[in-house]
Amino acid sequence: MAFVVIQFLNGLASAADLFLVSAGLSIIFGVTRIVNFAHGSFYMLGAYLAFTLVEGVFGPAFGFWPGIVAAAIAVAVLGGLLEVTLLRRIYQAPELFQLLATFGVVLIVQDLVLLVWGPEDRIGPRAPGLEGAVSLLGHQFPRYDLFLIALGPIVLGALFLLFRRTRWGILVRAATQDREMAAALGVNERWLFTSVFVLGAFLAGLGGAVQLPREAVHHTMDLEIIVEAFVVVVIGGLGSVTGAFLASIILAELNAFGIVIFPEVTLVLVFLVMAVVLVIRPTGLLGRPEFAIRAASGVAEPPITPQSEAARNWVFAGVLGLAVLPVVADAYVLSVATEIMIFVLFAISLQFLMGISGMVSFGHAASFGLGAYGAALMIKHAGAPMELAFLAGIGLAALGALVIGWFCVRLSGVYLAMLTLAFAQIAWSVAFQWYGVTGGDNGILGVWPAAWAASPIVFFYLTLAVTTLALVILRRIIFAPFGFGLRACRDSVLRAEAIGIDRRQVQWFGFAVAGAFAGVAGTLYAFLKGSVFPDVLAVPVSVDGLVMVLLGGIQRLNGPIVGALVYKLLQIVLASYTDYWRLVIGVIIIGLVVAFPQGIVGFFGTRLDTLLMQRRNNS
Amino acid sequence: MTPVLSVEGLSKRFGGVTAVDDVSFSVNAGELLAMIGPNGAGKSTCFNLVGGQLKPDRGRVRLFDHDLVGLPPRRIWRLGVGRTFQITAVFQSMTVVENVQMALISGRRRIGALWPKASHLYVDEALELLSRVGMLDQADRACSVLAYGDLKRLELAVALANAPKLLLMDEPTAGMAPAERIELMRLTSSIVRERGISVLFTEHDMDVVFAHASRIIVLNRGRLVAAGVPAAVRADPSVQEIYLGSAGAPVPSGSPA
Amino acid sequence: MRLEVHKLCAFCGRAQILFDVSLKLERGEVVALLGRNGAGKSTTLKSIVGLVEQRSGRVVLDGRDITYAPTAQIARAGLGYVPEDRRIFTELTVAENLLVGRQPPRSGAPAWTEKSLFHLFPNLAELSDRPAGEISGGEQQMLTIARTLMGNPAALMLDEPSEGLAPLIVEQLGKAILTLKQQGLSILLSEQNLHLARAIGDRVSIIEKGRIRFEGTMAEFGSDQTISRTFLAV
Repeated sequence: MAFVVIQFLNGLASAADLFLVSAGLSIIFGVTRIVNFAHGSFYMLGAYLAFTLVEGVFGPAFGFWPGIVAAAIAVAVLGGLLEVTLLRRIYQAPELFQLLATFGVVLIVQDLVLLVWGPEDRIGPRAPGLEGAVSLLGHQFPRYDLFLIALGPIVLGALFLLFRRTRWGILVRAATQDREMAAALGVNERWLFTSVFVLGAFLAGLGGAVQLPREAVHHTMDLEIIVEAFVVVVIGGLGSVTGAFLASIILAELNAFGIVIFPEVTLVLVFLVMAVVLVIRPTGLLGRPEFAIRAASGVAEPPITPQSEAARNWVFAGVLGLAVLPVVADAYVLSVATEIMIFVLFAISLQFLMGISGMVSFGHAASFGLGAYGAALMIKHAGAPMELAFLAGIGLAALGALVIGWFCVRLSGVYLAMLTLAFAQIAWSVAFQWYGVTGGDNGILGVWPAAWAASPIVFFYLTLAVTTLALVILRRIIFAPFGFGLRACRDSVLRAEAIGIDRRQVQWFGFAVAGAFAGVAGTLYAFLKGSVFPDVLAVPVSVDGLVMVLLGGIQRLNGPIVGALVYKLLQIVLASYTDYWRLVIGVIIIGLVVAFPQGIVGFFGTRLDTLLMQRRNNS
Repeated sequence: MTPVLSVEGLSKRFGGVTAVDDVSFSVNAGELLAMIGPNGAGKSTCFNLVGGQLKPDRGRVRLFDHDLVGLPPRRIWRLGVGRTFQITAVFQSMTVVENVQMALISGRRRIGALWPKASHLYVDEALELLSRVGMLDQADRACSVLAYGDLKRLELAVALANAPKLLLMDEPTAGMAPAERIELMRLTSSIVRERGISVLFTEHDMDVVFAHASRIIVLNRGRLVAAGVPAAVRADPSVQEIYLGSAGAPVPSGSPA
Repeated sequence: MRLEVHKLCAFCGRAQILFDVSLKLERGEVVALLGRNGAGKSTTLKSIVGLVEQRSGRVVLDGRDITYAPTAQIARAGLGYVPEDRRIFTELTVAENLLVGRQPPRSGAPAWTEKSLFHLFPNLAELSDRPAGEISGGEQQMLTIARTLMGNPAALMLDEPSEGLAPLIVEQLGKAILTLKQQGLSILLSEQNLHLARAIGDRVSIIEKGRIRFEGTMAEFGSDQTISRTFLAV
């Protein structure tokens, strides 16, 4: 019994920082309608700044607590600067591009942190006055954890007072409910948005800073916390601070008890809770229905038509060009080209999901990685030949997509995107933690192609053939009745349902198809590298795919091909020049979002269309 | 003769507000029934209750012998109810004719097909429907370049694709220029008469209502306050009151106290 | 405060809702904007305060072009807007709703306080701490007007304030609007209730299918029965 109590208290203690981050995320979303992916970065910066301030600048003499507060304030100022310099420019941009821009910030902060603090973990000091442990029911319980347990309710109470007792808080609540009406009453939105962003960043920074005595500060904590925070707001409901509080406790307790029973069960439990909540209340425990934002914008766009003769010839020429590449290229160039083709396939499958089916995924790596792991596991545990392993990879990816998709099609827009990311992260954790089966972070080695496909040239041709075939099949599906059905659901759910289309079912299978094709890419990737590590399931892979699709223009059939080519080349070239390629890519992403909200191919394509139309009209 | 649609004791509350309060009416075969009333009278709610977008708290909705309550919109459509929306809802990523083909594909339950080219399916039927609404020459155009009136006609063609027995039209002429309104309603009337389709529509434009409705029902504050042929409704003093302001509402006399 | 609307057009998607709507509101006068359901009254008011995205034309407030000014700036310039559907912040209390509307006093317009508003709308006083979502429709209508008045506007646009209200409440409302008029506010009143419009309006504009079809004094409007028959009647 005592053990249960202690474990419960442990859970409460670790709920504190999760709540701080999720509350900030929720408040910012409520007012600005931006899902701030950089919120985990604020958290990480809070932790690193607190470390520096407590260890260095203020020194032991000045003390721990001022350092913690100063770190949170510094993050708040950074948040304010970010809002004023970047987000203000893109409030009118499509939702996806806002998300992408905050992703860009994540990448930049990751490299900045590495630049300033280096890759090694940083251990913070104990909190003065709260060192050591107290005896509780015969167990030793850290004093500092008692402080954290109190912190959650204190912050909740403070936020409550702030939102109930101050004019600013009342304006925020009013704007969260009806932004237009608040504006019609003279409430200055710009100022309100900035201040809300500052508050959210402060909470995230504080969350990171107070973790200092508890856990090592490291440079991947940004993505870890943001994914957990997403799960929290999906369960608690976007825009609700109390919902975030409840959900953080639920999640932290599941972790606390799961870990002592059987760590792998934790993930299943989280998964089940999320599933139950979403099925019963698609907008979370305390969320509002009006926050369920539609994925497709109402912006008029040209119809998706089978590509023109010219475009087809270009693609054909590209395939031909690739076919003669082995004549001139060495093994290294061939392996780079093979990798690019694999990512072209990955991007095409993601575009099928986002552009054609209107379901925005921030976790497409789940399908890619499941494909890779499916093949690798088949080889490792069953000693299967490549051909069978290949099918197993596709099968596992499709199965995974069916499971994930079942939940996702119950949501839309932002909620759906966050859920996909959460699922991908769960898949990553399973691969990372399940040593017995996946080898954990040691990965699975020896995933080599069959003897006949072992040479780089043959594997290059194999990849070319599979990618081309996949491209043809996906195109065919897009213009088949099923593809039409997917587009119908994306264009207008109202109309689709009114002509007898079962939206959920159509989208569910669409999700599975996209997953299966991403699985094909993942399987090829595993054989190309000869090994599989949990990285193939990690957030950066999802982000890469997303950037490729958005760069190419989400509605353009050939967009992902161009996007994957440009982005992957850029990545390879940058990586050979600098270790800080994420920084450069982050800057480029933000620059592109601000400059070309339609994507590169979209941007030039629209101009091309206009030109062609003029010429046609003239003749 | 059984009515095509019969609605009995329909009620729906939102929070503390009763949006639709014990409304009963029926649509007979071949008739165009107009539902009118001031803003907030419950017309849209009533429409969504019939169309399956909302579920009533009480009451029955029947299409011939089928109970519609609790069915999702797609099932109601399969039973023979076509729908047009106040703000046009078409598939922007498809051409005009593809929009109609989509409805035909769905109607024939071929939406799961992965291989055939959708644009080669049911071409003749789609073109025939387009020709009936006068859109044949625009079949291959993008929806984003259509005039608003043409979008409305496309919606009509889509709604006709499953050979409906009843059409639900929510403010069919909203947002159109006056000349277009008359033309669209003339087209609608002639099509439904020739195919024996019954229509339930809401409308703000009284010219349209009086020119085309066989009968009119009037809603006010969620309740059915009048029903009858156009001439009778026009002459009904209670309807006059709703539209011209309540004579019973004492307002301060011209000069302030 | 003087409001001039010149050739205002508004669109919803590709549907055009307003066609060259022009209006004039002089200092201290009440103009009734009459029209049937869906004629474009609400869209006119929304377009003036910048709540309709796609619009063209010119809106001038006291000589200052506010056509493309942000909505909050228009409100701060002294033009108050009371929406048709009330748009009360239901999760805030009555007093908090008023607080959202509060702006500093301006010269040439009456300065309101919570207390003076409770005097104007006596029902609200005792509801001060109640969640606004729980008060009756009539009380919400009073609240939405009071909330806008907290911004001390010099001109006021009311969108169908009598909609859905019991006759007794409409009477109270009419009295309150007349009080505002006496205090020098310019009022643009969109209405379907002819009696209320007659009782407090100085001039009339009639809108039909997105176009202004009649402009004149209340006397001219009253003397010609055919006008109301043609444009307003069933």
